[in-house]
Amino acid sequence: MHVLLGVGGSELSYQALDETIERAREAGDDLTVAIFDNEEMDTDGGAVEGRVRETLDAADFDATIRHIEGDPGSRLVDIAESEGFDRIVLGSGERSTLGKIQLGSIAEFVLLNAQTPVTLIR
Amino acid sequence: MRRYPDEPAGAFPTPPRQLTDRHDRSIQLRRADATDRTALIEMYTQFDPADRAQGIPPARETAIERWLETILDDDCLNVVASHDGDLVGHATLVPDEQGGYELAIFVLSDYQGAGIGTDLVETLLGLGQSEGIDRVWLTVERWNDPAIALYRKVGFETANSERFEMEMSIRLA
Repeated sequence: MHVLLGVGGSELSYQALDETIERAREAGDDLTVAIFDNEEMDTDGGAVEGRVRETLDAADFDATIRHIEGDPGSRLVDIAESEGFDRIVLGSGERSTLGKIQLGSIAEFVLLNAQTPVTLIR
Repeated sequence: MRRYPDEPAGAFPTPPRQLTDRHDRSIQLRRADATDRTALIEMYTQFDPADRAQGIPPARETAIERWLETILDDDCLNVVASHDGDLVGHATLVPDEQGGYELAIFVLSDYQGAGIGTDLVETLLGLGQSEGIDRVWLTVERWNDPAIALYRKVGFETANSERFEMEMSIRLA
């Protein structure tokens, strides 16, 4: 299976990376990590890529890393469709101090518009 | 930045209060704090899973305890509703990082639809006003019509409806 994981630099997106590596290893999946700028996070692509590479190295797992420009939600959906990915994986669902979960706008867009199955890690 | 109405709402009633609900039950509303922890754990372990919203209240008792620790902290405001000595409802205000407060309310299913929720929210907002809180917000699932109707009646206005969860807010002062 070809898995497209979106990572925007939130804690949950790194948690999704860890879990996706584990599953991909067990299932023999091909993993592509798509790094995007998450406006809600205020992170930069270079720093996110550094952490993704470190995590992959520590896990001793090979994955393709790429950066995506433009609106992250619609680009993830486009890439999955046009390049034949079988599944999109995203981490989303931050909790407020009070404890209520809210999905981010990127995850919402992907859940509603993707043509492939979507795994939401939260 | 979170949006709030320009105009402040009027004055809300403060706890303690006593009221009669639509089923003629006598309900007490009072301020709660960390000493109510055990009674609140008891209430939340009875909570109907179907009434959970956006992941709260948590299901397991250990998770309920951890969650209550956060919202019974000194910088939060809490009001509980009781009937015959048992807690049947709870509303809380928890500070965010921008000087506003997030509101949430929970009523046991046997006590829903009896007007308790409206009084509970109003009384919590009254407590908030007396403590100098001026901005309150909440999120609610867009399909949760009874809750949205309650918040509107109290004076909350829609701040953002583009997401799965609708955001509503009110200015207290």
